[in-house]
Amino acid sequence: MNADWPLFEVFIRSRGGLEHRHVGSLHAADARMAIEHARDVYTRRQEGVSLWVVPSAQITASDPDEAGALFEPARDKVYRHPTFYEIPDEVKNL
Amino acid sequence: MYHISGKSQPPMYTQALDQQGREPSAAPESPEQAARFQARVDAEEKIEPKDWMPEAYRQTLIRQISQHAHSEIVGMLPEGNWITRAPSLRRKAVLIAKVQDEGGHGMYLYSAAETLGVERATLVEQLLSGAAKYSSIFNYPTLTWADVGAIGWLVDGAAIMNQVPICRCSYGPYARAMVRICKEESFHQRQGFEIMLTLARGSEAQRAMAQDALNRWWWPSIMMFGPSDVASRHTAQSMRWKIKRFTNDELRQKFIDVTVPQAQFLGLTIPDPQLRWDEAAGHFEIGPIDWEEFQAVLRGHGPCNRERLEARRAGHAAGEWVREAAAAHAAKRAAQAAA
Repeated sequence: MNADWPLFEVFIRSRGGLEHRHVGSLHAADARMAIEHARDVYTRRQEGVSLWVVPSAQITASDPDEAGALFEPARDKVYRHPTFYEIPDEVKNL
Repeated sequence: MYHISGKSQPPMYTQALDQQGREPSAAPESPEQAARFQARVDAEEKIEPKDWMPEAYRQTLIRQISQHAHSEIVGMLPEGNWITRAPSLRRKAVLIAKVQDEGGHGMYLYSAAETLGVERATLVEQLLSGAAKYSSIFNYPTLTWADVGAIGWLVDGAAIMNQVPICRCSYGPYARAMVRICKEESFHQRQGFEIMLTLARGSEAQRAMAQDALNRWWWPSIMMFGPSDVASRHTAQSMRWKIKRFTNDELRQKFIDVTVPQAQFLGLTIPDPQLRWDEAAGHFEIGPIDWEEFQAVLRGHGPCNRERLEARRAGHAAGEWVREAAAAHAAKRAAQAAA
């Protein structure tokens, strides 16, 4: 059994104006083939107008065990949201 | 399309499989880790690839997802058999699209399985060597055009019944793949029913062909849900992990209850003299299932087991030069780009 072709992550822009979203992965010999395969595997029903493929090995992900250290400091900083501030009802356009 | 619960009790496309996709992790699992994991599952949180998970959960999923993927790939064969003989251009275009979808579903599922740390090449090798199992239903032959209708109506109908709950599976990549698959599957079932309806409203010979297909596909479709709950040892654990949401018998009953009226609409007879409506239970009750046939097909003694595997092996071998050429071409282009 030969080694697998490299793995690519596939991202699709579903229509103009929206961001590319991750949809899955596939194997391909190179990036160009990855685009062709992504067309066949992930867009058989007009799911997109644009494709990105990224070698999976190039993605660095955060460690789930560090999620607390990374994201919890934002939890008590509610003053970053506009609803934190009380403004009298009479004041308009604010 | 489908799922499993454990080694010796094989529901749907993913059936009894003993080999493991990867070595158990060296680190022992602490009760605290296991409890925290179960709490996340109980809270309906999705488990993602890099999250800690019990090794048994990982192995159960690798087995279930890969068997499901194999079933999609082998499932292309019985229907592919009819592409050149479809009775009209419309039917041919539809059948090609359906078979292409099955291939796509196999790809979604293999890539979901790979997020658990198993290589695609390993999974393919398990299928080709005969070590891995796939749904027993695909070891039955497609003898007439009506079989293409019956497969869409019954086999894809059973698949949908089984797959919709997996959209809520605790493992994120599997659940997301299943959402995509279920969206595409509905057309498969409807085009099958449309074929059956056309035949049922056709000539005497066409009605007889439809009835013959129902006679041959009814019981194998009922068996697709796997062994009965009393014989299914791993269901409880899979349900605790929220990989499974309903037992085999619950799903089987739902399928029977929706399908019997559809057969009645077609004017066809379900091949079960003991079938009756149980007013008190609010369900159709069926006669006994021939589990010996089911076990025999699983063990490799179905009508087409050997033919299916030979077709997959031949297909894989015939594609070898293409894979080699593509890899050589990619390497050449990379070298040119670097120069």
